[in-house]
Amino acid sequence: MALTKIWVLAEASDGKVSTSTLELLTKARSLAGTVEAIYFGGDADAIAGQLGEYGASKVYTTGDLGGALPGVPVANAIAALIEGGNAPDAIVAATSYTGRDIAGRLSAKLDRTVITNNTDLEVDGDKLVTTEPVFGGSTDVKTTFTAAGPHLVLVRPKSFAAEPAGGGAAAVETIAVPDAGRSGGAKIVNRHVEERSGPSLDEAAIVVSGGRGLGEQDKFEMVEELAKLLNGAPGASRAIVDAGWVPYSYQVGQTGKVVKPTVYIAAGISGATQHMVGMKGSKNIIAINKDAEAPIFSVSDLGIVGDVHKVLPQLIEALKSR
Amino acid sequence: MNVVVCVKQIPDPADPGALDPSTKTLKRDGKLILDESDAYGVEMALQLVTNAGGGEVTLVSMAPNGEVSGLRTALAMGAAKAILVSDDALAGSDALATAKVLAKAIERVEGADLVLTATESSDGYTGTVPEQIAGLLDLPSVTFAKQIQIDGSTVKVQRQTEAGYDDVECPLPAVVSVTAGVVEPRYPSFKGIMAAKSKPVDTLTVADLGIDAGSVGWAGAGQSIVSIAEAPAREAGEVLEDDGAAFEKIVAYLDNLKVL
Repeated sequence: MALTKIWVLAEASDGKVSTSTLELLTKARSLAGTVEAIYFGGDADAIAGQLGEYGASKVYTTGDLGGALPGVPVANAIAALIEGGNAPDAIVAATSYTGRDIAGRLSAKLDRTVITNNTDLEVDGDKLVTTEPVFGGSTDVKTTFTAAGPHLVLVRPKSFAAEPAGGGAAAVETIAVPDAGRSGGAKIVNRHVEERSGPSLDEAAIVVSGGRGLGEQDKFEMVEELAKLLNGAPGASRAIVDAGWVPYSYQVGQTGKVVKPTVYIAAGISGATQHMVGMKGSKNIIAINKDAEAPIFSVSDLGIVGDVHKVLPQLIEALKSR
Repeated sequence: MNVVVCVKQIPDPADPGALDPSTKTLKRDGKLILDESDAYGVEMALQLVTNAGGGEVTLVSMAPNGEVSGLRTALAMGAAKAILVSDDALAGSDALATAKVLAKAIERVEGADLVLTATESSDGYTGTVPEQIAGLLDLPSVTFAKQIQIDGSTVKVQRQTEAGYDDVECPLPAVVSVTAGVVEPRYPSFKGIMAAKSKPVDTLTVADLGIDAGSVGWAGAGQSIVSIAEAPAREAGEVLEDDGAAFEKIVAYLDNLKVL
């Protein structure tokens, strides 16, 4: 058995569909007979080819939102589409800033629960079953919906491999965006793109993360320098994000990003369950921590019981001299 | 300026969590504390009220067993009063039911200009409640705020994005969720702790809020747990003491993976 139809919330920037969207399309094809995308941008024609290649037969687009934050207008447009009699069995979005906004708004609008933080989806009979890791990924909880659909699901990025199916371009259909009144009042007036010299945290083959063991904010420079030398991306534990040392966008963990690089280097991170769920899918884990009892050593392939203030500078020097 | 802050009282993250085998939900029967994520919203609210030169901060929370210890922490920081919704009918509530309860409680606060929340709670971390509250109250919203300024009847927010941040402007009243690290939460003073003991906490039931008990808790959840299983464990590898040359081990390890 399979579902009849799934909608995947598509995100793209600069004419390129996000990897997490392609992952969701790939998975959705194995769960439902029809997969369609919902998009909110002025360039749906430009991405229809990529969406089709990964399995979407159609893309519904709101067109350019004119600077409005997407949550309200996109949720309203989807709700109107459903009220028009065109309801899918499930609507799936990535756990991204915008994905969460739209799913939350849609949940309130449709009066439907949304199951979040999932890492797997399957169909049992005619029911969608979701998997959510809890307690730092040590336990998997499977959940199903008991009320009427459409069922709303948020999935963590990197839960599935993105594989093209070789389909033709998705048909583009523009959908109406109902007037949101006062609730649609949030407008983007300016965008700031932060300079980044290396790969993004999501896509880097090597991630070097720092934690409270660094002792003080300035020492995060060692993490950045090592990441740069390895052509990787710097990341952080929640403790030092909470302390204001680095922005929230650096955070790896249950709250924050999930990373699965080839190599993950944890420097001065003890390995709270909060952190582990975001990085234990890495292929190789190297941990440096002065506490031999730190939980991070239970998941590391190479663990160094030592002082990050000694080991990191030595490592940086050794790599520089190569 | 009157600010409502939604706060959650959670089991101490220092204690390992556990699922109740009969109900399959997180055990929440021990002492609860203020979610650290919420201290940023409380601090931000206190600063906004001070900058505005008047007004007050009201806390809104939902917790079992009339739990107030986390609320007392936020009251000690300087919030004026709190509304606590506590009712056995709420056990098993999902994020949407939680938002319904908090939205009804927020409606009871007169003259609220702004509702602040954390980005997500530390124990449930769905991250959808702020938008669900805004949707139910038909208010505009801005999520993932890393900086907030009030300019007349507009809230100006630096909103975290994948690429950096966006400047977002939104008319008040509005719901704004704040990321951690946005401000440095104050520690309650001794005077604050003493004063908090006599600050009003209005404890309400689902019926007080005019909510149908069947739309919240287990009855209204719209989802059920199929199974709970241990995830495949990752094997621990080699662990060695740094003898001054451990960095060479790391270089050799990276070399072996051909990533250098």
